[in-house]
Amino acid sequence: MSGTLCIDGIAVPFSDGQTIIEAARSAGVYIPYLCHRPGYAPYGSCKLCTVKVNGRTNTACTLPAADGQTVISNSPDLQHDRQRITQMLFVEGNHFCPSCEKSGNCQLQAVAYHQNMLDNHYPHFYAQRELDASHPDILIDHDRCIFCNLCVRASKEKDGKEVFGIAGRGIHKRLIVNSPSGKLKDSDISVDDEAAHVCPTGAILVKRSAYLAPIGERIYDHHPISEVACEKAVLDTQAAKGHASCDQAQLAGQVPQNSGSDSHYAASMPPAPDIKHGR
Amino acid sequence: MYEYLETADPALVAAGKLKRVAVDPVSRVEGHGKVTLLLDEDNKVQQARLHIVEFRGFEKFIQGRPYWELPVMVQRLCGICPVSHHLAAAKAIDQLVGVDPANLPPAADKLRRLLHFGQVLQSHALHFFHLSSPDLLFGFESEIGKRSIVSVLADYPDIGLQGVKLRKYGQEVIRMVSGKRIHGTGAIPGGMNKALSQAERDYLKQDIAQIVVWAQAALQLVTKVHTSHLPYYDNFATIRSKYLSLTKPNGALELYHGGIRVKDEQGETLVDHYDYCDYPALIREEVRSWTYMKFPYLTALGKADGWYRVGPLARVNNCDFIDTPLAEAARVEFKLHGGEAMVHSTLAFHWTRMIELLHCAESIEILLDDPDLLSSDLVTKGEKRHEGIGVIEAPRGTLFHHYQIDENDIVTKANLIVSTTSNNTAMNESVRQVAAEYLSGRELTEPLLNNLEVAIRAYDPCLSCATHAVGKMPLQLELVDAEGKLVDKLIRHSNGEFIHGSE
Ligand code: SF4
Ligand code: FES
Repeated sequence: MSGTLCIDGIAVPFSDGQTIIEAARSAGVYIPYLCHRPGYAPYGSCKLCTVKVNGRTNTACTLPAADGQTVISNSPDLQHDRQRITQMLFVEGNHFCPSCEKSGNCQLQAVAYHQNMLDNHYPHFYAQRELDASHPDILIDHDRCIFCNLCVRASKEKDGKEVFGIAGRGIHKRLIVNSPSGKLKDSDISVDDEAAHVCPTGAILVKRSAYLAPIGERIYDHHPISEVACEKAVLDTQAAKGHASCDQAQLAGQVPQNSGSDSHYAASMPPAPDIKHGR
Repeated sequence: MYEYLETADPALVAAGKLKRVAVDPVSRVEGHGKVTLLLDEDNKVQQARLHIVEFRGFEKFIQGRPYWELPVMVQRLCGICPVSHHLAAAKAIDQLVGVDPANLPPAADKLRRLLHFGQVLQSHALHFFHLSSPDLLFGFESEIGKRSIVSVLADYPDIGLQGVKLRKYGQEVIRMVSGKRIHGTGAIPGGMNKALSQAERDYLKQDIAQIVVWAQAALQLVTKVHTSHLPYYDNFATIRSKYLSLTKPNGALELYHGGIRVKDEQGETLVDHYDYCDYPALIREEVRSWTYMKFPYLTALGKADGWYRVGPLARVNNCDFIDTPLAEAARVEFKLHGGEAMVHSTLAFHWTRMIELLHCAESIEILLDDPDLLSSDLVTKGEKRHEGIGVIEAPRGTLFHHYQIDENDIVTKANLIVSTTSNNTAMNESVRQVAAEYLSGRELTEPLLNNLEVAIRAYDPCLSCATHAVGKMPLQLELVDAEGKLVDKLIRHSNGEFIHGSE
């Protein structure tokens, strides 16, 4: 099935089998996400991509696109919830951007900028989590794991192994390594595996590669995640032609006040900080 | 000399005869320090101490982290000289990847030097113009409202503005090399992560000639202030001491890399071209119960005699010459002024700081013409080692970083000796000297107490480095009798508001 759906007043075509988030991305419309990754099976755990579809709350990374859907993503309510979700991720682990080597290349940090997150809002948990530095080439800093499951999926689906798993529930949730000792060095991961590179935060890192990219050449130094997440060619076409808007009748009363290509923030929130030089 | 004031006669304390005055915290120094005086009934000082009242174990904090995080993480130790910590740690982790200073690619070596000159320039400018010029221009006992950079800007607009611009230029050097004005990246194990682009180099070249001129003017001003208040400036808070610093192999002033030199009170060389990797044999640190800051001393001379001073005064006193012409001419004039081999005047820290400011400006000017800054040959590697030591001349003096790592690249042990710690004994001596010579027997007033702060500020102590505490607080003076009863209290808020009264 293919057809057109409507996201915040923008007409978004989709092809057979695409989820809402995939259709949006192909059309250059950014819906924030963390546990989703193009080319990976949907997982639906972080809830950051939550949108309203025909008035009902759904995760855009799991729901198949369907003709005639009316999707609201940029409403003040949804933006507010996304900011809170991001803040919870920050207080649950130990994320210290200023001394983190992933800074400037980190999706969590970039999402936080996009959500205009200026504080933690919630009290910090100060979770006690250990470092696994046992592998000669790969480091796990559990402090920064957000349980997005991408490394689990990468290992299974892309590398044909089963190095990672997520165990426990709630605050006891933890990333585990499939090896007799539980240590990464005793697993069959290799530094060339996709699982070693997929982590959106600084939880799984290739050793000795810190700070090689100078400030100014990191992924999010010059472009916010809303642009980085979409393909450049798509964005360029859009810039030239503009978004096709949906049938106004269909949208009556549903388009949020702040819709538009660059209005990711509720009107009452202060503008995003300049991230030219990173944090 | 004034050691007898470190601890008051226990009999007097026991008899409840002494009252306590606390200057808490010392303002216009970074971090949190406190001075306490114990006075007897005639207001004679019986005990004077500079305490460090807060301490966070940074060394503990970095244990268990991968070593490549260190240069970025240690910058958090200090808001004023983060680059010094960045580079000292970088030199240490070079060794962890098997690279000694001599093997660093020339481009990386020069980029780091440029970064460091920028750091020292901005730090010295900040210290002089923002923190010390109010005292130096208005007098130590001037009205409290006068003693701030705001008054300097009002009364000496050109000087104030030049100070701001000198500092800004240093920060721009840092930004061009490390990507950010504070807490950038830049140094990585075995080199640097980027060269200067032609555009960045040209941008810095635009203003450097003017910066040299302003640095000269700042030096002239300090020289004039010092030499027109004699003998007061030679004597105030002055103590005779040994001096420790790095020098180049040819004996020239050095800020980034060299061997350790120690000279004694008469200018005799006690240690020369000493490999800093052997520092644990040269220096030990003593712990005293009443302060968190340790007291380093030269092992060979023992606790009582082995203390020394570091920083601009030590470096300019110790070196045989400075390898940039304007700063060298100033050094010669400075040394002549003292009339003996070493200049011991504590306020001469300000003078030597400005000689170094000029040296940095001149050195940046020379470096900016070096094509190596644009080279892409930036990193080298060797055999992994498990121990690394990096030592650098930070704005406030010799700074030691020492790390051990395990087979998984994780830090198992860390030891830092920051510049301010090396000056601990000296600062306490100067506080005691001022207490004995200028305060003792006089009714204590706020302007008089400022003298204590002036003495401490001469060292430009970075208490945030020394204690890992951050933030400036209002000044509080407490007069407490020996039983701990509050007799009088003065509070100065950071906005200059002044409240007097006991409650
Ligand atoms: S380690 Fe990284 S990729 Fe794996 S679950 Fe945690 S955050 Fe996701
Ligand atoms: S991206 Fe959809 S739930 Fe995480």
